[in-house]
Amino acid sequence: MHAPPPLSRRSVFLRFALIAFVLLVIVLAFGYVGSWLAPQRLTAQRMVNQLQANAGVFPGYRRNHAKGVCVAGYFDSNGQAQTYSVAQVFSPGRTPVVGRFAVPVGNPYAPDSSAPIRSLALRFAQANGQQWRTGMNSMPVFPVATPQAFYELLQAQQPDPSTGKPNPAKVGAFFAAHPETAAFLAWVKTAKPSASYVTNSYWSLNAFEFIDANGEKHAVRWRMVPEASGDAVGGSDANYLDADLAQRLAQGPQRWHLMVTLANPGDPTDDASKEWPSDRREIDAGTLVLTSTQPQESGECRDINYDPTVLPHGIEISDDPLLPARSAAYATSYLRRTSEEAHLPGTAAATTKPETK
Amino acid sequence: MTRSPDQFVLAARVLHWLMAIMIVSMLFIGVGMVASVSERHDWLLAIHKPLGIAILVLAVIRLIVRLRNPPPPLPADLPALQKLAAHASHYLLYALMLVMPLVGWAMLSAGGYPVMLSHSLRLPPIFPVNATAFAILRHAHAWLAALLFLTFLAHLGAALYHGLIRRDGVLSSMTGIRHEPE
Repeated sequence: MHAPPPLSRRSVFLRFALIAFVLLVIVLAFGYVGSWLAPQRLTAQRMVNQLQANAGVFPGYRRNHAKGVCVAGYFDSNGQAQTYSVAQVFSPGRTPVVGRFAVPVGNPYAPDSSAPIRSLALRFAQANGQQWRTGMNSMPVFPVATPQAFYELLQAQQPDPSTGKPNPAKVGAFFAAHPETAAFLAWVKTAKPSASYVTNSYWSLNAFEFIDANGEKHAVRWRMVPEASGDAVGGSDANYLDADLAQRLAQGPQRWHLMVTLANPGDPTDDASKEWPSDRREIDAGTLVLTSTQPQESGECRDINYDPTVLPHGIEISDDPLLPARSAAYATSYLRRTSEEAHLPGTAAATTKPETK
Repeated sequence: MTRSPDQFVLAARVLHWLMAIMIVSMLFIGVGMVASVSERHDWLLAIHKPLGIAILVLAVIRLIVRLRNPPPPLPADLPALQKLAAHASHYLLYALMLVMPLVGWAMLSAGGYPVMLSHSLRLPPIFPVNATAFAILRHAHAWLAALLFLTFLAHLGAALYHGLIRRDGVLSSMTGIRHEPE
């Protein structure tokens, strides 16, 4: 190698400056994309921080829907949905299910009547190794349509330090500024905390796409409709749901029908705050049969992240903006609680004794 | 085989630049998708997994190419400390190229997730389902990514130092662009 002509001191300085500039631009771009340099952007971490600010931190537990119980059973498909989706779960036959009933609160020791809503999360484990995970709620519509609006709702509901309760003026102002909440507010007016998990219907809320054998997409929503009926309202006892569930399962399996609703062209798939008209075509895709229950502290559901975007071939997410946000926030919650379970340095120590509240 | 003694072989150069684009993209995709709650989260995640496996496959091929075609020697007058840094950072880059995809794959396996490379293509798990292992592997994936990003910055800074300041042929041994002295 021939030695190049020497550089002047000024030239050396400028070239070092150029190198430093190139590296700095890359670091800044990395920081911007990773949101460290974009503090105003809504991130999964900020969403989960807000949940923690509202409910407190309960190490090892989910950051929302923290109070719950594991269930197990199976899904018997009748084959009716396979015209619309090639997912193996819809072929005639049986798919094992591990699920979780919960109350949508951040405090795992909150009374069962804290909210008039119950949730049901399910993981269908297909024989081909693919999975279908879904998280459903016992209401037909979600209050808001976007992650940003949900974040603002959480902010409005943050307990006031002086009273320990949300400031009704802030909550009222939020709903006034968000007319898309009307359908939810109308529903919640009549909603009561049910005395049982098994008498509720559970809605997917978000829309999804079924993919048929020709690759055609069909926009759908689904819900689980119980065979058990009853509209009993929960009592004053803090924990009646788990006992009710165990007692009913001791008498026999509990069943729901998976009702799939097919959208008409033009029905919104990106707005979970709006119901589709009630005359839409529905398919009874099969029966969910739950046979056993386990405490969430030791059951298989504890370590499952019921991310509704974990889908088998034949089901895809729609353009609903809540779905990626749910996926990202659930992943953040899952990392935090598994880190606490693992007692990793810097995580909150796991507690086993209930808070007295 | 056609090669000049002060250049990397063509296969090594092609692999280097292809993987440079893939790995740097991967780092940005990774930090972007983890933070995002928008639709970017899902499509970045959909790219991240197959791209990671592609990097793993290419890294194995690259290691073989490297072992069969030793790289051109560093300039004889390079200070010993810089030589050490050059060698150490290259071992580190190769290790991270191979380990990062494996940690990601193991992490999803430990978390009980199906490892889906597309809507229908699933890889088998390479680690038993275990929440504690998931948490450790997930943190390791992030810390190793930070280490890879810093190593990439050092590598790029050093390459530019060789190309712009020392002008000792190290950068052109990989770019293939040669300014033959008269």
